[in-house]
Parts: sequence; C-alpha cells; structure tokens
Amino acid sequence: MKLSTHITALAAITTVMATGATVASAESTLDIVKERGHLRCQVGPPSPGYYNLDSDGNWYGLDVSVCQAVAAAIFGDQTKLEIQSVSSQARFTALANGESDLLSRTATWTMTRDTQLGIDFLATNFYDGQGFTVRKDSGITSAMELKGAKVCVTTGTTTELNLTDFSRQNNLNISNVTFEDYNVRDETYLNGGCDATTGDKSSMAGNISAFPVPGDHVILPDTLSKEPLASAVRHGDNQWSDIVRWSVFALINAEELGITQANVDDMRSNSKDPNVLRMLGTEGNLNEGLGLEPDWAYNIIKAVGNYGEIYEKYMGDGEQGIGIPREGSLNALWTNGGLMYSPPMR
Amino acid sequence: MTDDTNEKPRARARPKEEFNFFQDQRVRSAFYQILTAGIFAWLVWYLISNTAHNLEVRGMNTGFGFVNSSAGFDTDFKLIDYTPGVGTYGRIFVIGVLNTLLVSFFAIILSTILGFFIGVLRLSNNWLVSKVALAYVEIFRNVPLLVQIVFWYIGVFSLLPSVKKTLDLTFGTEMLMLNNRGLYMATPILGNLFWLTPLALVFAIAGVIFLRRRAHKIQDQAGVRPNTFLPSLALLLLFPGTAFLATGMPLSWDMPTLQGFNFVGGTSVPPSFLALLVALSIYHAAQIAEAVRAGILSVNTGQSEAALSIGLKPYRVMSMVVIPQAMPAIVPPMISNWMNTVKNSSLGIAIGYSEVVSLFMQTALNQAGYAVEMVGMTMAFYMFVSLTISFFLNIYNKRVQLVER
Repeated sequence: MKLSTHITALAAITTVMATGATVASAESTLDIVKERGHLRCQVGPPSPGYYNLDSDGNWYGLDVSVCQAVAAAIFGDQTKLEIQSVSSQARFTALANGESDLLSRTATWTMTRDTQLGIDFLATNFYDGQGFTVRKDSGITSAMELKGAKVCVTTGTTTELNLTDFSRQNNLNISNVTFEDYNVRDETYLNGGCDATTGDKSSMAGNISAFPVPGDHVILPDTLSKEPLASAVRHGDNQWSDIVRWSVFALINAEELGITQANVDDMRSNSKDPNVLRMLGTEGNLNEGLGLEPDWAYNIIKAVGNYGEIYEKYMGDGEQGIGIPREGSLNALWTNGGLMYSPPMR
Repeated sequence: MTDDTNEKPRARARPKEEFNFFQDQRVRSAFYQILTAGIFAWLVWYLISNTAHNLEVRGMNTGFGFVNSSAGFDTDFKLIDYTPGVGTYGRIFVIGVLNTLLVSFFAIILSTILGFFIGVLRLSNNWLVSKVALAYVEIFRNVPLLVQIVFWYIGVFSLLPSVKKTLDLTFGTEMLMLNNRGLYMATPILGNLFWLTPLALVFAIAGVIFLRRRAHKIQDQAGVRPNTFLPSLALLLLFPGTAFLATGMPLSWDMPTLQGFNFVGGTSVPPSFLALLVALSIYHAAQIAEAVRAGILSVNTGQSEAALSIGLKPYRVMSMVVIPQAMPAIVPPMISNWMNTVKNSSLGIAIGYSEVVSLFMQTALNQAGYAVEMVGMTMAFYMFVSLTISFFLNIYNKRVQLVER
C-alpha cells in the first residue's frame, strides 16, 4: 500500500514535470473524453459505501455511481468508464494535471482546495461530519471529556486539522497519533493504544461494523466539522464543470420528481409533469448548453437510478449498504428537512 | 647520413602542422564532454521551467513561501517546541527531519554493534553459536523490512499492558515505565553548579587516556604492561562523584505521573518509535553481520595462523590482526547500510511514526498542497544525509585502507 502510494504520488508529480505545456490548453475536456471513448474517473483506495470492489473486481458505491452517471450522460453507456484508484496525497495533482477527468471520492470541499489547487468543486453528494469513536466501557459520553486523551487519526485528510482545531478551541490538549492506513489505526485503537479514533462519521460507521465486537464501540454525538463531500474537476473548463454539476443535480432532481430507474421509461413518454418531460429530454433543449444528447438525464437515471435509490443501495440498508440512516440527516431531500437540493432544471 | 637524421624529427613533427580539428582526440573528447554537460543542463532547465509553467497554467500555487505560513495540525512526537496555529510548515519540516535523524541515529549505532557481534559469532568454531548467528542472519535478512516493522508494532508494542497496568522497568522507582502508549522516562532537572560534575568527568577521561599512554610506553620499554583497569575505574567514579557530592547533589527528576488518560511529565517516546527502532536495528544488523563476515573471510588465514604462532591469544588475534585488515572490505558495504537505515526509516509511515515523509510529505502536503516543492525538499534532505554519511565514511575508509609499499 505504501509503496504504491508513493509511486502514484511520484507519477503524478513527474507528469506535471514532463508533460508538454500544450496539454492544458484550449481543447475541451468533453472533446478529449469523447475522442478517447471513455471517462477517467478518480476514486480512492476501497472505502465501504463510497467506492468498494465486489468479488468480481467491479467498483460500486455512492461515488462510483456519480462516475457512472457522468459516463452515462456523455456516452449513454455507464460502462464507458475507467475507475482510477488514487492515494489521497496524489489525488488533486492527478486531477489538475489531466490524469483524471473527474474526481468523485470522499474529498471535502474546502476553500483552500477550491482556490489554490487548480481544481473546482462542483456538487456535494454527501454531507458528512467528523466525530469520535470510543469504547462504551470508557464511560465517555461527550467529546469534551477527552481532555489529555490520545486520539488515533489517519493522515492525508482534513481530519487532523479539525482535531487540532477542536482541541485548541476547547483547551482539551488532545494528542494525535497519525496513521497512513486505517487498518493500523483501528488495530492500535482496539489494542488500547488510543482512547478514541476520529474520522468522518459515515466512514467510522463502516469501520466499526468490521470490529470484532461492534457493540462495544460508540460514535459520540459531537460533530467537529462540516464535511461536504463533493466531486471536483480541473479548473478552467466551464462546459465540463456544467456537465458534472448537472449530472449530480439530475440524480437529486429525479428523486424529487419521483423518477426512478424502474419507471424512467414510462415517465419519459407518459408523464404529465413538464418538469419531468424537460429533464428527460422529451421537451425543450436543456441538453444544448451542455453539448450532450437530449436524453442525457434519461440515460443517467436509467443507468444508476436517482439519488435516493443510490443512497439506499450503498449508504443505507441495501445489500451492499453500510447502514447509515438517512431520515432526519443532512442527506435527506430538502423536502424532508435535509440539504439535498437541486436548482430547478428548466 | 646527416641529412637523414636531421630530416626524421622533422618528418615526425609534421602531423602537428596538419592538425585536423575534427580528428584530434582532445578536441573530440572536449566536444563530447561539453555536449553531455549541455544536454544535462538543458534537461534540468527544461524540467524546472516546464514544471513551473504547467503549474502556473493549471492555477496551482507554486514557490516556497508556504514554509513561513502557519500549520494548523499537531503531531504527537516532536523534539522541538511547536504550537499548532503558530508553528510554521518550515518548523514541521524540521520536526520531521529531527525525528527521522533520531531514529536513524540510534538504529545505526545499535545495528552496527549488534551486526559486528553477530558477524564475528557467525565464524565461531562453536557449532551452536555459529548456527544461532546463521539463523539470526537468515531470518531477519529474508523477511521484508516493512513486514518486520508492522510485526514489531502490532505484534509486540501494541500488545504491551495498558496505561493502567504500566510495567515499571526499574522495579519500583518508576523512573522508566513501559506501556502500549510508549516508553516513559524520568527527565533529569539540572540544578546550580551541576556543570561541575560533567567537567570532572572530562578530567577523569583525560586522566584515563594519560594512564593508557603511560602503560603503552612502559610496555614498549620494559615489556610488561602495568594494570590500568582499577586506577581508571577509580578515576572515573571518584572524580565526578566527589564533584557531585561537593556541589550538594544538584539534580532532581521530572517524574512521569498518570493524569487522566495518560502519563504526563518526564520524557516519552511513542510505541511507533520503539517498533521502528527495533525493526531497523535488527534488520540492518543482519546485513552488517554479513558484511563483517565477508570482510573477515577476506583476510588470508595465514595471517591468523602467523599471529597464533607468535603466541597471541585468539581474541587478540581477532582484534589486533584480523579486524584491522578486514576493515577495508567492511567499510564500503557499511556505508551503504547506514545510508539505507536512514532511507528505510521512512517506512515508519506505516505505523504512524512522525518522520519526515509521514509528517511533511503526507500530512503537510495534504494541508498545504505544494506537492512538487514538498517532495523536492524531502528528496533533498535524504540526498543530503546520504551524501554526508558517505563523505565521512569515505574519509574513514581512506584511513583504514592498506598502505601498500
């Protein structure tokens, strides 16, 4: 894991050094992708719920669905897709230098990243927040009780910074033990090397389920940070940004309009709702601004379903899901009190 | 006849007049050297300017200004003061560098001592001893270092007793305690006039050196070596001891005490440091043992037979005849072993040791995002350390080489 990580990091950096200066110029990303015949979409090393490998070696998960949605929007075929699994320290460089067309992984949208790394964040597909896992028998019920504690954390994310900020704000004097690999982090925590682990609550839920006795551990209610996990593209190609942004919005909008993978064919021809007809390309010309076929949104829903379906399948109680309840969370549709909201498609 | 002899030198000198610019060897070699240097310089220039250009085109921040901006994250093991939010990325780099150097320094010392020991044992005439040394070398040389590091971390140091059941290694004084959060040591607090004690020690060591010189002289003249052991020991104990007592024992201890979740006070190193140190020392000791064995075997057996025949004891044969002649063969592989120890310490990233790759090239890089600069700085650091080690050991190597007459 470590070696491959470094190789990808170096490879990404070498590419910045060696590629001709012409690559980044005028040619549009859409043209490049069409010419190549498939989309190169970047995820991370397998992480339950977001991107994981099944027994046949196929990628699945919430973020993989976004990749498939964009591939379906462009080609009408979600399999015209190359999933790249890139380490977290090479991820933004690999996107900025053109290795990947699209980054769809648990990357937190922050101002520094959006403005200084040559990339643009587009649309949030999961609202997460950082929290703590502790042993139930420790008797800790609030993060404020972690004064002087050792906390295990994985590197390469905003997690370390949030932890330090939280400790400074509340004068907790937490000392962090940093790991590259979450398996070693969890092993250390389970052996008592740390009083708590910290990470995004959704991924910790996935990790706890793999512990020997999941019931012995609990995620504290405190939330340290806002973690909007969003997809990102290279800075400067607005048409490409539009395609990715509206592909994600199409997933959310479809759920709001009641379009599902199962009824999308029926809805396209028989719906009375002009919003549905416009979105699915039966009416109007929403596709023209994107440079795609009129049935782009239809292809997305046909391929991966709407946001609610994807959530249930991978993040919720589906067979491959990791069991994070959606009801009452930030990830519910805005009509149910959540933050999932698509601007109108008209 | 005279004409002939006069003409011949002229005939030989003629090619000089027909100096052919394109066929002269000096011109050709100068041309190729300039060409090679030129291509290399152009390549370096091209890489730098192209990287800078590409980064600019892509809107990525460049430059080394970030070393002065403050870093917000913290680390659990640091040798210098650092406050998150105040300390800079430059300071983070220094912390990482110091942590790398710390673990490498101790690993080099331990592995060299252990390696020499095992290498000599490997050639022992005692069957059991030599086979145990062989087993050591073969086991630790043939398992990947990363596997060994993870083994020591997860399999040994993580399984130590918890904080509440800390092991007291000093049986009751609580000066040195070990648990699965690390090794905790009492830190000496130096009082007034404490400096007199180390000063006295320096004088004592000078005295010991004088005694040894004198013993050598007497041995050369009289053939009998006076016993220096007891007088030396007395010097070393009495001198600093008296100074310490006379100044009123100006030394107290900052003891590690259990407070809340963890021990506070004293000095501590995390389990990741211990695991990395042990793994590096043991692994490289196996490599060094092989280098030592090869060096010793390179010395002709006639040398030790001759030494034995003049009545030297076996350990004197080893230390006075064989090892000095083996050093020229041992030092070059030793250089590369020491350099490898420093470089291999970067594997500490796997178990969460805050060395320069983990702290700077990973965490800091993720926060600040200056990938090219940060990787460049890390590479420059390793190169600097390796070249320094190789420079000093090469000087030493020149000194131990056989002087051939």
